[in-house]
Amino acid sequence: MTIQSRFGPYGGRYVPETVIPALDELAAAYERLKDDSGFRAELNSLLKDFVGRPTPLYFAGRLTAKLGGPRIYLKREDLCHTGAHKINNTVGQLLLAAEMGKKRIIAETGAGQHGVATATAAALFGIPCAIYMGIKDIARQELNVVRMKLLGAEVVPVSSGSQTLKDAMNDAIRDWVGNVEHTYYVIGSVAGPAPYPALVRDFQSVIGREARQQVLESEGRLPDELVACVGGGSNAMGLFAAFLDDQVSMTGVEAAGEGLDSGKHGASIERGQRGVLHGSMSYILQDAYGQIIEAHSISAGLDYPGVGPEHSWLHDEGRVRYDSVTDAEALAAFTLLSETEGIIPALESAHAIAWIVKHAGDYGKDGVVIVNLSGRGDKDVHQAARALGIME
Amino acid sequence: MSRLEELFKGRSKKALLMPYTTGGYPTVKDCRQVLEAFIAGGADMIELGVPFSDPLADGPVVQASTQQALDQGVTPDDVLQLASEFASRVPVVLMIYYNCVFAYGQDRFVEAAAAAGVDGLIVPDLPVDEGEEFIEACRARGVDAILLVAPTSPDERIKLIAGSASGFIYCVSVAGVTGARTSLSEQLPDFLGRVRARTDVPLAVGFGVSTSEHAAEVARFADGVIIGSRLISMVDEAPDIGDGCRKIVKFLKEVNEVLK
Repeated sequence: MTIQSRFGPYGGRYVPETVIPALDELAAAYERLKDDSGFRAELNSLLKDFVGRPTPLYFAGRLTAKLGGPRIYLKREDLCHTGAHKINNTVGQLLLAAEMGKKRIIAETGAGQHGVATATAAALFGIPCAIYMGIKDIARQELNVVRMKLLGAEVVPVSSGSQTLKDAMNDAIRDWVGNVEHTYYVIGSVAGPAPYPALVRDFQSVIGREARQQVLESEGRLPDELVACVGGGSNAMGLFAAFLDDQVSMTGVEAAGEGLDSGKHGASIERGQRGVLHGSMSYILQDAYGQIIEAHSISAGLDYPGVGPEHSWLHDEGRVRYDSVTDAEALAAFTLLSETEGIIPALESAHAIAWIVKHAGDYGKDGVVIVNLSGRGDKDVHQAARALGIME
Repeated sequence: MSRLEELFKGRSKKALLMPYTTGGYPTVKDCRQVLEAFIAGGADMIELGVPFSDPLADGPVVQASTQQALDQGVTPDDVLQLASEFASRVPVVLMIYYNCVFAYGQDRFVEAAAAAGVDGLIVPDLPVDEGEEFIEACRARGVDAILLVAPTSPDERIKLIAGSASGFIYCVSVAGVTGARTSLSEQLPDFLGRVRARTDVPLAVGFGVSTSEHAAEVARFADGVIIGSRLISMVDEAPDIGDGCRKIVKFLKEVNEVLK
């Protein structure tokens, strides 16, 4: 089966001609290797011994009690090596890059989690790596900048445009266009030109495969609802993919920022229109002339004016519900989970927690909900402390 | 044969000269002066860019010029207006990113471009495989869809692109984004030879062509020379628009000498 490049009208390859042959080469390599037993064995061994999989499906008893049901399970991607789900994908892509004989790795990063995960996997494989990061994100995610440098990566500051993830991705693509023959571009979300959306989904789908088996073991049935935050949407696709053929409801939670009507948000599906950004057709935040509008979220990982093309399709098909929560609601959930469960979530993941807090009443006491805890919150403590008034 | 193809076929010089600037840069008013300088310098065609917030095929110089135009609120309609003012004097080709075409409405945009007298449209992020409907819309309205080929394009892809090409084929001189470079790629003659062997459509070379020496080299193998970033830098670095335009006229005349 060839790799999916379109999701209904979404997806495709809207990139300069120069990189088309490289996308063909990548698709062919992935096609050849994805079901290869040697490749699978090596990937599984890295996921187990390096990443620390499987991650637990943890029953959040105190949160469940506090909300009065439903029974809430957390898929603990925060316990992955480097502290987020991003490493599932970067280890897979680095294995591909090494098989393809690529000599240099590049990536874009927003919150820095994908940058750290790429730098980590590049160090593991001994391949030099450069990470593009907006100067605004460098300022608010200092910890991850230091981690990337410690891992031997070059962090390239991006000062154009919005100075966040969107422009980091522009510059990574520009670098790739100029160095395409020996450089491998590790895209961190289910976005970008084909085959990336399908490839990243496949590498992340280990989340949902594990969760499905784990919930069947602990509850003896499938869950009623899956909840995950959506920026580009890789952790959500990773969780949802294994359940798409099941009678399971799913919700992707976008960043409402300071409110959907404030103009300062990252809700590409709820408030965007169809368009092309970073190589694929999807819902994007844009003005009437097609100029991309800057996104806003307290969480750098959700601060993106686009979304993966498969999410746009799942939305149009009505298979997944997309909703949003505000910065303030996410912050409250950040505190709530820390205090009730002893888990400090990433601000991105706190959006998913906030959604179930708001909608707990929609499920009976015996309802079962899985929330993807996509990352841990160490990187966010300074920003949260400022926002919560714990620190100056 | 399209008007652009006739222009190439009937030329009396080694290669045609096509200067580029961003529409509405440095201001809509001063952009008119830059376009006048292009004509005074002997431009055979003019390429005008529609500013886009995320120009991922462009290097820093063009990026900064598009941002400056956007900051002043320049829209695709403003650039179409500029094009219509000059199209009766010199053939005009527009460069526009696909999201701007899509937001405008593909058919509606091609129609507006045709009405403005635009001869060709270049969409740098719309490869031939995604461009079927767009190319059809252009064909229906007598506008050339100018397709790009890159040094990385294998022979079969060049053949595929050539099969849909009209006007001219935009040959990207190097794997990379737009911007002045100190030297041309050593592989350029070889690359242009591969393209030439697969099409009768004229070939124009852009990306990194920034001196008359480069232009002379390109003219040995191609039918057209595209220069952009170097000209924008002349406007950037000049104390005022008049001075920038004088430098542009002088430079383009020098380039035209070597293209004779």
